[in-house]
Amino acid sequence: MLIQLAWKNLWRNKKRTLIAASSIFFAVVLSVFMRSVQKGSFDYMIHITRSSQPGYIQVHGKEFWDKRSLDQSIVIDSKEQKQFREIPNVTSVVPRLESFSLISFGSATKVASIIGTEPTSEDQMTRLKSKVIAGTYLDNTSDGILVAEGLAKTLKVSVGDSIVLFGQGYQGMTAAALLPVAGIVKFNFPAQNEKSVYLNLHTAQWLFAAPDRITSLSFMIGNIRYLKPITGEIRSVCGNRFEIMTWEEMMPELVQMIQSKIAAASIMLMILYLVVGFGIFATVMMFTNERLREFGMLISIGMRKIRLICVTFIETIFISFIGVAAGSIIGFIIVFYGMRHPIRLTGETAEMMLSYGFEPLLTFDITPALFTDQVVIVTIIALVSAIYPLMFIRRLKPVKALHSL
Amino acid sequence: MPLIELKKICKTYSETKVPVEALRDVDLEIEKGEFSAIVGPSGSGKTTALNIIGGLDDPTSGQIIVDGHDISTLKKDEMINFRLHHIGFVFQAYNLIPVFTARENVEFIMLLQKISKEEREKRAIELLTAVGLADRIDSRPSELSGGQQQRVAVARALASHPSFVLADEPTANLDSKSAISLLELMEVLNHEYGMTFVFSTHDSRVIKRAHRVITLVDGMIASDVLNTSAHEN
Ligand SMILES: Nc1ncnc2c1ncn2[C@@H]1O[C@H](COP(=O)(O)OP(=O)(O)OP(=O)(O)O)[C@@H](O)[C@H]1O
Ligand SMILES: [Mg+2]
Repeated sequence: MLIQLAWKNLWRNKKRTLIAASSIFFAVVLSVFMRSVQKGSFDYMIHITRSSQPGYIQVHGKEFWDKRSLDQSIVIDSKEQKQFREIPNVTSVVPRLESFSLISFGSATKVASIIGTEPTSEDQMTRLKSKVIAGTYLDNTSDGILVAEGLAKTLKVSVGDSIVLFGQGYQGMTAAALLPVAGIVKFNFPAQNEKSVYLNLHTAQWLFAAPDRITSLSFMIGNIRYLKPITGEIRSVCGNRFEIMTWEEMMPELVQMIQSKIAAASIMLMILYLVVGFGIFATVMMFTNERLREFGMLISIGMRKIRLICVTFIETIFISFIGVAAGSIIGFIIVFYGMRHPIRLTGETAEMMLSYGFEPLLTFDITPALFTDQVVIVTIIALVSAIYPLMFIRRLKPVKALHSL
Repeated sequence: MPLIELKKICKTYSETKVPVEALRDVDLEIEKGEFSAIVGPSGSGKTTALNIIGGLDDPTSGQIIVDGHDISTLKKDEMINFRLHHIGFVFQAYNLIPVFTARENVEFIMLLQKISKEEREKRAIELLTAVGLADRIDSRPSELSGGQQQRVAVARALASHPSFVLADEPTANLDSKSAISLLELMEVLNHEYGMTFVFSTHDSRVIKRAHRVITLVDGMIASDVLNTSAHEN
C-alpha cells in the first residue's frame, strides 16, 4: 500500500511528473545515442587503423620503432612463428620486411616505402587484395610488385611495366632490382597512397640481401579485449629478445584523440545530467513542500517518519526510473537500428574522415554498459534528490505543519 | 482511573517576542465514554490543550497521563506509535490522503497498525457504512462534500480502535446542517461503541450537543459543567 500510495501520488500533478520523467528520458536517449556512436566510431576507427598496417600488436627488433632501419631486423624461425599463430584469439600473423628505396621508371624517380610481406596473411589482416584497382594481387610465388595508385601516377607506370628499385640492403649491401608491376593498389590514406610498394617477403629478403630476416611481425586479434593476455603470451614465447608494442603504444596520437573526444563528450553529458539532476531535485522539492499539511496529518495520526520518508523515496525513484526505462527502450531501438544501418556522413566531417582513410560512416555499438551507466547516474540523481524530503520530514513538527497556511 | 488526566499543565510559547502563556495550571480529568467539548474564545488555548492531550505537543510543565501512560516520558517515535494505537484524530481540514479513496483512507491507518488485509477491508466497509457512506466507499476525497470528508475522517479515527477520539474544531469548515449531522454521528458512535470523544468548537449548536462542556479562558479552566439536557436528546 505504501508503494501504491507513492505511485498514486505521482499522478497528482501529471504534467509535472511527465516533464520530470521526460527530462530524464531525453538525457538517457541522448547519452545512449552519443556514447553508442562514439564507441562504435572509435571501434571502427581502431579497427580500420589497426588493420591498415602495424596490427594490434607488433613484435620487432629493439630500437626498430625509432630507427626503422634494416639493421634492427630480426630472425623469427618458423617454429616460433607457428607458436605465435597458435595463441588463442590471434586471427592472423603477418611477417614483414620493410625499408625505403628509390624507385625509377623512365625519367621519374621517387622514394618509396618497400614492404615485403606474405600475400595471404597480409590480405587477411589489411584486406590488401580488395584495394587492387588494376592488375592482379600477388600470390606466394610471384615476384611482381604492387604499386600504390598515387605513386604509379607520379611515375606514369602501369601494370606490366618493369621498374627499377635501388637502395641499401642489410649491412650496407647494395639493393637493386628490376621488377614487373603486377598490380595497382589504391589507399584512402594519402601518405600511404603516395609511397607504398608491396612485394613478396622472399623477394624483399632477396632484394635487401637479408635472407630469413624480417623487420616486424604484426598480430591481428579477434577482439581488442584480448590485447593484454595475448601480449603476455607473446612475451612468454619470445622472452625479452624483441620489443612488443601494442597499437596504443604505436599510435599515441590516435589514442590521444580518442581520449580527448571521450573526455569532451563526457563533460557534455555530465553537464546535461547536472541540469536534469537540478530539474529532478526542484521537482521533488516542490512536490514535498506542497504536502506539508498532509505530512503533518499523517505523522499526527501515527505514521512513523521513516515510513513517510520511504514513500517519498519510492516516489523519487519512480519519477526517475520511468524516464530511464522509457529512455533505455527508445535508446536501444535507435542504437539497434543504427547498428544495422550505419549513417553515411556528408560534408566536411566526411571529407576529413576520408582523408584519414576512414569511410565516412557513423557506426553504432551496443554494450550493456551503455544502459547500466545511465541507471547508475540516474540512481545517484534520485538518491541526491531524495535527501530533500528526508531532511524535510525529519525536521517536520506535526503541530506546526497542520496549522501552517 | 480516568482515561485522560492533566496535572498542572502549563504551556508557554516562548519562540515569540512576548512569551504567550497558552495554558496555565490546567487540571483536568476525562473518563472513559465521555462526550466532552472544550470551548472558549479564540486564543483561549483549546487547540493547545488538545495537542498536548494528543501528544502532538509537549507541555512546558505538568504531567499528562493517557490510558495509564505518562506520555510526557515517551520518546518521539514511541509517541508516534502511541498515537497510532491509542488516539483517533479528526482535524479541521486536510484529514485525508487525496489520492486514496474513502476506503483506502480508512484502511491506511490499519495498515500502519499492521492489521491483516481481510480485517482491514472488513472493518473499513463496516465503519464507512456506520458513518453513512456505504455508497461512497470508492470515492476520492475530492468527490466528497466537506461533511462527507469529515465522516471519513471519523471512520478512520475509529478504525484504529483507539482509546478515545480527539477532534479540534471538526465542524469549523462545515455548514450548520452538516455540522449538526456530524455531531449526531459522533454521538451515535459514542453511544453505540462507547467511544470517548473530546472535541473543541466555537459553534453554540455543537456545544449544546456535548455532554460535558469545559470552558477555557486565557488558558485556564473557567467552568466545567455537565450538560444534562444533551444527555436526554
Ligand atoms: N506555535 C505558537 N507560537 C506562539 N504562540 C502560539 C502558538 N500556537 C498558539 N499560540 C498562542 O497560544 C494561545 C492559544 O492558542 P490556541 O491555538 O490554543 O487557541 P484556540 O483556543 O485554539 O484558538 P482558536 O479558537 O482561534 O482556534 C494563543 O494566544 C495563540 O496565539
Ligand atoms: Mg484552535
